[in-house]
Order: sequence, then C-alpha cells, then structure tokens
Amino acid sequence: MRTESPLLSTQDLKVYFYGRDKISRAVDGVSYNIHAGETVCLVGESGCGKTVSALSALGLIPSPPGKIVGGRIIFKGKDILALDDAAMQKIRGKQISMIFQEPLTSLNPVFTIGDQIGEAISTHEMIGPDALDNRCVQLLKDMGMPSPEQRLKDYPHQLSGGQRQRVMIAMALACNPDLIIADEPTTALDVTVQAQILNLLKSVQERASMSILYITHDLGVVSGIADRVYVMYAGLIVEEGNTRQVFGNAVHPYTRGLLASLPDREKRGQRLHNIPGTVPNPAYKPEGCPFHPRCSHVVKECKSVLPDMIDLDEGHRTRCPVMV
Amino acid sequence: MMEEPLTETPEILDGPQAPKQSRFVERFQLFNQNRLALVGLVIFLAFFITAVAGVVLTSGHDPVFNPAQVRLQEKLLPPFSRPNLETLKAHEAPTLGIYLLGTDDLGRDVFARMLQGAWVSLTVGFVAVGIAVIVGIFMGGLAGYYGQGGICYDQILSVLLFLSGVIFFLLGWVKLGCGLFGVGIFSFILSLTARGAKSNHFMPGWLRKTAFSFDTLIMRMVDIMLCFPSFFLILTVVALLPASIYNIMIVIGLTSWMGTTRFVRAEFLSLREQDFVSAAKALGVGNFRIIFRHMMPNAIAPVLVSSTIGIATAILTEAGLSFLGFGVPPPYATWGNILSDGKRFIFDAPWLTFIPGVAILIVVLCFNLFGEGLKDALNPKLRQE
Repeated sequence: MRTESPLLSTQDLKVYFYGRDKISRAVDGVSYNIHAGETVCLVGESGCGKTVSALSALGLIPSPPGKIVGGRIIFKGKDILALDDAAMQKIRGKQISMIFQEPLTSLNPVFTIGDQIGEAISTHEMIGPDALDNRCVQLLKDMGMPSPEQRLKDYPHQLSGGQRQRVMIAMALACNPDLIIADEPTTALDVTVQAQILNLLKSVQERASMSILYITHDLGVVSGIADRVYVMYAGLIVEEGNTRQVFGNAVHPYTRGLLASLPDREKRGQRLHNIPGTVPNPAYKPEGCPFHPRCSHVVKECKSVLPDMIDLDEGHRTRCPVMV
Repeated sequence: MMEEPLTETPEILDGPQAPKQSRFVERFQLFNQNRLALVGLVIFLAFFITAVAGVVLTSGHDPVFNPAQVRLQEKLLPPFSRPNLETLKAHEAPTLGIYLLGTDDLGRDVFARMLQGAWVSLTVGFVAVGIAVIVGIFMGGLAGYYGQGGICYDQILSVLLFLSGVIFFLLGWVKLGCGLFGVGIFSFILSLTARGAKSNHFMPGWLRKTAFSFDTLIMRMVDIMLCFPSFFLILTVVALLPASIYNIMIVIGLTSWMGTTRFVRAEFLSLREQDFVSAAKALGVGNFRIIFRHMMPNAIAPVLVSSTIGIATAILTEAGLSFLGFGVPPPYATWGNILSDGKRFIFDAPWLTFIPGVAILIVVLCFNLFGEGLKDALNPKLRQE
C-alpha cells in the first residue's frame, strides 16, 4: 500500500434507492481509493452498482428516490458528502469531471460543439471570447479531431460516435481536472474507435498527470489500461488489487468466473465459460455472501455470514475466506 | 488485448470542407422550402408594416388618414365609391380621393379605421401571447424540473399566514395584518433556509413533512384555470377593470398560459432524464442555467409553434370582446368593433362585416402557416449538413 493519502477515498459508501415498498441497496458498503496519477478500474456486471458508486462522488445521485445513507467520500482531504450544492458545483467539472457512456445523448442537440466545450470552460473560469475559441480549438486538436476550427461550428448529429466521444472527453478535460470518472466511455463505440479513445485517454493522462476512475464490464479494456482493479458484485467490492494480482492470481470465485469467460486463443473451439444465474435484484439480496447462489465453491457459512475483506498480498484483498 | 494499439490516432487532416453558412441563412433556406410558410411570413410582414404605418398615419392632431372624421351625408358607401366633393369641406375629403373600403354608418372611412385597428390586433396578439408564454415557460419549467421537490406543511402554513396578513391589512386591521404578514415572511424564509439542515429546533417534525409535490401544485393550478370558462372570466374581469386595451392584453395573457405550461412540463419531464442534462450537471453547471439554457432551447420549438396559434386566438378573442362591446372603448377602432358596428347593416352594407372579417381570417391563417414553417426551421436535424 502507498503511504501518501489518496486523491479520492470512498469509505464504506452506502447508496440506497427507496421504492414504494422496497429498498434497493444498490451500493452497500463500498470502499475504494484512487491515488494521484493512477488509473483505477471498477469492474462488474450490469446492475452491480458501479455507476451509482461513481456518481455519488459527484453528488449526482437522483434524489429522491436515491439516498446516500452511510459512508464518506474524501476528496483532497475534504468530505464532499457534507458539502452544499454551491460548493459541489465548484468541484464538478473543475476538479472531478465525468465522461458518460452514450456520446450520442450526452451532447445537447441544439448547440454547436463549440458552444458546449466553451461552456465547460466558462462555467469555471473568467475568459474572453477569443481566448475561449482558441482554448476550444486547442482542446479539439489535442483530441485528434481533424479540422477543429470547422468542427466547432458543427452540431452533435453531424459528428460520428467516435468524434462525439472525443468532444465529450474534451469537455471533461476542459478545466484540467484532477480526476476523470469515465463511465463505460467506449461501450457505445465499435472496436477500432474504442482502441483510439483508450489510447487518447492514456496519452492525455500522461500529459496532464490526472487520475482516472474507469468503469467498465470489459476485462479486455481493464487489462490494457488499469493500474489497479476493483471487482464489484451486488453493491460490494469482492476483490481488489493491482492488475497483475487480479488477472494473474484471482482468488474470488466471481473474479475467476469473469476471467474464465473471456475468449482466448487457447480456448479456441471450446464453449466459453459462463457463470450460472444472474446478478441478484438489489432489493432482494441473498443472506450472507451475495454470490453464494451462483458459486461452485459454496460452503455452509456462505449462506449466513457476509465475509469481510481478507488481506492476501501487498494491496491484494478478497472477500472469500473459502478460496484463500 | 489493448497493449498493441490497433490504429494510431489519425493525423490532423484538412480535407475539403463543405461551404459553411451562417445559422440565419441556413434557417431561412429551410424556411424557404416550405412555400406556405413563406406566404405566411410575407403576409405577416405586410401586416406588421401596415400596423406600424397605421399608427403613424392615423394618430396626431392632423392625421394623414383620419379614422374619426364623421361625414353623415356620405354614410354606408360601398368600397371604391367616390366622395361627393361638393358637399364636403376640404379637410373632410378622404386622403386617397376615393373610399377604398367604403364608409360606415357615420360616414367614417373604413380604410382609415382598419389601419388604426391593425395596430391593436397586432399588439393584443403579441403582448397577450408574450405574457402567456413567459408565465407558461416559467411555471412549466419549474414543474418539470423541480417536480419531485415537495412543499412542506410549514411552507403552506407560512403562505397562509402571509395571505391572511394581507387580507387583514386590507380590511383595516393594520396592526394585526402587519404582524401576520411579518410572521408569514419570516417563517417562509426559515423554512427555506432550514431545508438542507439535518435538524431544525424551531419546528416540530410533522411540519417538515412533505404535503404534496411542487408538480402537483402547479398542474392542479393549471387544471383549475382550464376549468374556468375563460371567455366569461375575461368578460367579468374586463367589466370590473377600467376599459383599456392594456387590461385586455394582460387578462387574455393571464388566462391562456396553461397550454404552454403543459407543453413545457411534458418536454421537461423527458428532457430531465436525458444524458446531456446529467453531463451538464457533471460539468458543474447551475440548476438555473440548466433549465433556461440547456433544456429550454430543446423545448422551445413546440412552444413557439403553439404560440403562433395562440397569437391568432388572442386576436380572435379581442375581436370577440370588441364585438360584444367589452373591448377597446369606442372612438378608437379595432377590427373587432368595426365588425360589431357593421352587424346592424349586414344586408345594407355587407362590406362593413366582410372586410374586417376577412382581414382577421387572413392574419390568423398566416400566423398558423408561419408557425408550421418555424417548426421546421428550428429543428437542427433538418438543417443542411
């Protein structure tokens, strides 16, 4: 473990969604740390609470029905859950910014690209119109957009998916934030564009030395970009460690299952592994370890006691006492 | 898998570019494709110029066209008839040399009166719809965006205190009124400031509970307003207030905002869930700016289209009020009261009802066509690539 304090530290975060007659425990005690200059991946199936735990760092949980019922999020030594709306607005975009999954719908259809990138800057900085234009052009150039001056006058529907995602990244980077939360930024794109966007993110990160919290369900992407990985299941972190530890030495049956279901050259011709069952409904989670109904190594204790995280290696921790 | 980049980030290329046009030119071209809308626009511009010219030409001490000049010997002449110059004094003669649109029962030149009335119709249309759209957008925007936010019992209580204070004050109980007024304002501010705080020592818990949502409040207000037979509400209000064209505009405006509110709220409910709103929030943009700068332009196109039709309705309402004798007070001409004055002579002088009727029809129709064209011109997806 590193000794300096992390840039963002989430401690035992609990986010519940209150329905008419049930409580969905979308995030149920998640802790993760992101250090300066690091790329951290949150991995897990759809509906396991990845996006919700990231959105809470920006205070963007829709409320009602959502509510942060417990835990702390420490950003640069301050608990940002205690901040009021005005203070939170100064952090959003300026210090923590976000890239969304769907570049198609994340841009406002009635404004030009230039308007939107410009707003990202002028929301947080006093800047003249000419300087603003130059900044926008420079940002688009950094994003590898061809003929940025012309693109500024385009509307979102005139750009391709990859170009739109570049614009979204440009907006996220506009104020040089310390942390970028990327919520499956490449899921809506085809594979070649996906690779370009990932390279872009990496090069930007090296240039500006910022941290990235990358949310994905694509383990291929994770192995390519992550420094450290958190595997989430049903609102809980089930395994954490650096990329080598998690990919080479996975302990938790869920992580192993995920890795085994990756296609591989050696497994050519064989059926792909799948984990039986589905993610439990966050309103009706099983007792004990939430993974036990789908687990092939289940023992009696799994059905009654939720295990704690167990330290294995330097920074490698898992939530499965059976497999250790 | 991703260690080897599949492709390099492309070099910045400057390929051939499509010629770029200004937004105004683009929109105009789109508008141009809809011939009927163009006709609507042309008639609208002609109407606008006529109305402005009408004000200039028919007002002042010695107007070019005098709509109030009475010539009893020349009454009920059909259009294009020549004045009998022998019986008229020099200043009484029509400016154009003929009665272009005939004369009414007092021998007043209908052309001059129509010119004067055009301005009233135009301003009634625009001011009334302007008020309706502003109120509608504001209410609809708040209901759609803050719809989930609740109104607590303490806020209702403070508003009631405030209102009863005002009523007592007006009834002459000055001290009691002022006291209740002050307490009402104070408790309202208190209820707003205590919002985010976890504990509030001043009030019991049940007062902090949500009574109903903000959305409910506004939409039930809309329902109540819609239940009123608004034409009769307008009649009542106009009968109570001093007869003035501005009162009529305001009353028409304040009784026709409900449609816009419903429109804007419905648009906002769907826009609020869009990713670009979350994206704007994630960039640190404030609520007010999100409502009015990010969401409103997306919701404005149907509002503008419906408001062009609203202008037509407002012109008709004013004409109807004038027809019933509740409109603009007599010496001043409006299309509605020309029509209403003419109804007594409908068989002797049909042009007195026909001319203002056709004028209203054409203007209302052109606004509707114009609105249709505007809908296309404001849609960014239909713009040229």
